[in-house]
Formats: sequence, structure tokens, C-alpha cells
Amino acid sequence: MEPREEVVRADQLNKTYGSGHTAVRALRGASLVAHRGELVALLGPSGSGKSTLLTALGLLNLPEKGRIALAGQDVVVNGIAHGDLPSLRRSRIGFVFQKSNLIPFLTAQENVRVAFKINGQDGVGELRRSQELLDALGVGERSDHYPEQLSGGEQQRVAIARALAMAPPLILADEPTSALDSHRGREVMDLFKRVAHEHGAAIIVVTHDQRTLDLFDTVFEMEDGILAPARSAA
Amino acid sequence: MNLAWKDVRRQKGRFALTAFGLGLLFAIVLAMGGIYRGLIEDATLLVDRMGADLWVVQRDTRGPFAERSTVPADLEDRLRVVPGVAETRRFSSAIIQRNHHNHSLRMNLVGLAWPWDRGEGLPLAEGRTLAQAHLEMIVDRSLGLALGERVHLGNDDYTVVGITKGLLGSGGDGVVCVNEADASAILAYQPSEALRLEREARVSRLAHTELDSPANEERLRGDEGILPALAPPPTNAILVKLIPGARVEAVQRTLAGWVEVTATSTEEQRQFLLQGVVEKSKRQIGLFRALLGVVSGIIVALIVFNMTAAKAHDIALLKLMGAKTGVVVGLILEQSMMLGGLGYAFAFVIAELSFQYWPRRVVVGFPEFAGVAVLVTVITLISSLAGIHRALKIPPTLVLAG
Repeated sequence: MEPREEVVRADQLNKTYGSGHTAVRALRGASLVAHRGELVALLGPSGSGKSTLLTALGLLNLPEKGRIALAGQDVVVNGIAHGDLPSLRRSRIGFVFQKSNLIPFLTAQENVRVAFKINGQDGVGELRRSQELLDALGVGERSDHYPEQLSGGEQQRVAIARALAMAPPLILADEPTSALDSHRGREVMDLFKRVAHEHGAAIIVVTHDQRTLDLFDTVFEMEDGILAPARSAA
Repeated sequence: MNLAWKDVRRQKGRFALTAFGLGLLFAIVLAMGGIYRGLIEDATLLVDRMGADLWVVQRDTRGPFAERSTVPADLEDRLRVVPGVAETRRFSSAIIQRNHHNHSLRMNLVGLAWPWDRGEGLPLAEGRTLAQAHLEMIVDRSLGLALGERVHLGNDDYTVVGITKGLLGSGGDGVVCVNEADASAILAYQPSEALRLEREARVSRLAHTELDSPANEERLRGDEGILPALAPPPTNAILVKLIPGARVEAVQRTLAGWVEVTATSTEEQRQFLLQGVVEKSKRQIGLFRALLGVVSGIIVALIVFNMTAAKAHDIALLKLMGAKTGVVVGLILEQSMMLGGLGYAFAFVIAELSFQYWPRRVVVGFPEFAGVAVLVTVITLISSLAGIHRALKIPPTLVLAG
């Protein structure tokens, strides 16, 4: 069996907010690895540090200590960036949020195209690719609609299409189904599983929804900044 | 895909209204320049139109426009024999304000030297020049009078026979041209009671002189023309036209020896007006323009800042996705330029449609339009810095805050 390609590795991440007696240790030596095609869940109560870990992996909120590597290459070591982080986010990381966070003045298709545009690609090919992604996610017919004209589930599909636009090896999703009913929530998680397997992306999802855990390859639990594997199906 | 345009497209009504407001502001900046140019043109229009080579006025004055000047009527005949002089004519000019059909009519009254000057040199738009010795007038269109309309001036009714376009005095008042004798009559006209009081005053003054005698007192109580020294000044200036080839400086040197007059060239008259009449207005308008420029800059900066603040979440999202600084800066800058550009377009339309109806003449041409275009560009660019500064400070993690 071939070793699976490592997409992201976090080693001993530590992050503290505030100082003195008001200091809050959000991450205490958190470590994880995600591979291509792997769907990873991060569980835990509110304030346990899940979102802090996600923003650290998204190179938005750097930990004071520890190491983050993308595709085997160190990009953050002890709070110091090694490389152009915005560029790495553009090309290697896709984001999906609790709210779809679509740009309200762009249509569904334009919201996908914007991911290409910020990478300096804005031609006919990108237009076609945007439509293909929307078609693949089942919202192709809604491509000319603005976010306010889409349902919550449709908005989330468009957001996933946008996250997939640059075919990033890593997708980070922060409670993407919390604003959806259970049926729509499961549909979105199904979609993530399909995307992970078909696109070969590592997808790390922060979720509270225990009913969809069967879809995940790996599940981590987090409490008081400490990350521990709960189950692995890999 | 242009993000700035996409954003504008979704809120085009609000954007257009904002741009219209800016357009009004830019139109005022434009108007200030136009009013200044109009002031200059108005101030020098009469001097240019009269077609004189020399203006002979009261000694050591800068008359007849910049200050009061009075010269004797017979000066016209004496000047005619000066070497180099081809023709001379009397010129009088005064601002008068009269009631006409229950509204105030303020005009610059100019006397034409009938019969040599009937107004042929005036920019006639309708009607004709003066055709009879008395009681006809040529008026500027800005006064709102119609051909054939009769206006009561002095003790007589004058009929409008010609209408000029753009013939204004140095103060921006429409010019009314009548025969020189009519002008003198209009200016000298006093009601009976005023004449009676003046005669009494003369007699009173006489009593304090060694000329006091019953005979002189009788003369003073009669028509003022009996004592020419007491008569009102007959004219403000004599306009001199030189024979072809004659040098202005040579004639001026000759007239320098005449103790009662000063001879100025048309160019000197223009400079008197520009330095005297227009200079303060120029500085005032310049100050207004500078202040308006600053106010426009502050307003544009506030608008751009607020537009950026309203998009903070979207900008954070773009940054989170890894957008380069240039994408965010471009979004703000392009939108600022669109706002400035649309505002300028509104200002252009406002200028084209409304400036002709403003009370004072507003002369705008390519230099004014180009100047304001440059000003708008600079204001917009500088003002967008406030928005750009705000945008660059937005953290990408703002998206995660919900």
C-alpha cells in the first residue's frame, strides 16, 4: 500500500490569548496530520480551541510555538512565517464557513470566479470552470443569482465551489452545517466526502453535529486546547 | 471581472445619488473658475468693444471705468486737430438703477457719439442700430427687455430698437446704449423739487463769496446752463481713433503736455480694470476655490471611507482567501475614481445646462473643464487613501467573527 500524501501537519501548536492572570491558553501542544482525500472532523465544546486551531492551520492566526507544514514544507515555525502566507492561502487552502460568506454584490458564478481572479486568472477558461464546479455541486442553474436569492444550502454549495476553485489540497471548514437543517447538513457533509475523495483534498471540518460523524475518516476531539484523536477510519 | 464595478452595479441608485451630490460640489468649483473668467471678460468687454486707440480722461484719474472722470465736451474738438488723430467721440458711462414694470432694472448706461457712432460696433443679436437722434436705445439681452419695449428714463420714454448679446459693464450689468446727449440728459435729470433745492443751495453758497450780488443771484435761480461753470460735467472721456500708422505713444507724448487730461491706451485701460476691479474678486474666488477643493476632498474621503467600512467583511474575505494587496487597493481606488468620474460628469452636465442662466456670467471652456478634471482626479486619489488605509487594516479573521 502506497503511503498517503501528507497535506498538512501541525506539531505541538501553542497559542495563548491575553497575558498575566487573564491569559487563556487556546492551544496546548495540539498536533495533527491530514492526508489527501481525508475527511477530518474536529469536535469539541465552544471555547475549546477548535476555531483557533483552524485559523492557525489556515495561516491566519499564528501560534507562538509549534510548527505547521504544508506538503512537507515548514511554513510557520514558532510564530514565524516562512514564506508568503497570503500566497499560500491563495493557492493551497480553501475556506468554508459557518455562514456561507459569499460576496453579496457578486452572483453565484462570480463568487466562484473571484477565487480565480485573486490568483490573477480571469479568462474564459475560468468562467467555464466556475460553471462546471457549480454544476457539479448541483447549483449550476442558480449561477446568475445573487446570494440573497439563494437558500442556505445553495449558498453553502456555492461557497464549497469557491473553496474548490483553485483545487487546493487543503480545505478548512468552520461549522459549515450549523445554519442548515439536519437534512441539508448531511447533504453538505456528503458533498465534502465526495469532494475529498474525488478531488483528493484534505478537508478539516469543525463541527458539533454528531449525526454525521460516520462520514468522516478521522475524528479529533478538543478540550481546553488539547487535541486528541477520537477515532480513525483510515 | 471588475469587483469595483460589480459592487457599484448592485447599489447603483445610492452610488448615483452620492455622485450627483459630488457633481453639484464640483459644479460649484467649476463655476468659481467660470465666474472669474466671466469677471475678466465682463470687465474688459466694453473697453475692447469701443474700438478706441486712446482714452482721454480727467488728469491723473484712471477713468472712466476704474474711477470717476469728467472732461469738458469741447475737448472732443480740440483733440481732433492733434497730429495722428483720425477721429474723436465723447463717451459717458454710468451705472443706473430704475424701476421698470415693478422690478428693479440695473444697467450700465453708455452714451454713443451720435451721429458718428450709432452702435455699429456693438454685438447686435436682434434689431438695429440707432436710427434717430433721440429716444432710442440698444440694450443687452441680459436685461430682459424686448424689441419695441419702452423704458422710462429721466423725463422721457426710450424705445428698445436693438438687442446685444453678452455686452456687459465691468460690474456685470447689462449695457444700455443711447445717444450721448440722451445719456447726459438721463444722468443729469432731477425732479423739480430737487432742482429747486439745488438752486437754493447755490444761492446760499454765493452769499459766502465776493461774487454775491443781486444780478448773480438772479442768474443762479435760473437755468443752470446760464452759468457753464456750474453746469454738470458733460462727459466722462473722449475716445480717440488714430490714423493708420500713427503711434499711440507719440500721441500720448503730445497729450502729456495738456494739463487737464491724461491719455491712456486701450491696453492700459484693460489693466486698470483687471488690477482695480477684478483683483480682489480674483483673490476671493481663488480662496473660495481652495476651500471648496478642501471640502470636496474631505467629503470624498468620508464617502470612500464609509464605502470601504461597509465592505469590511467582503474585504476581509478577499484577504482571507489570499487576495494580494493590489486587489483590495484596486477595488477601493477604482470605486473612488468611478465616484469622482461620475461626479465630474454630473458637474459637466450641470455646467452645460445651467450656467447660462446664472445671474453673473459664467464662462467655462476647455481650460476650466480640464482644470477641474485634474482637481477631481487629485482629490479622488488623495481621498481614496483614507479608504485604502482602512481596508489595509481590516484583518482577514474578521470573516470568522461572523
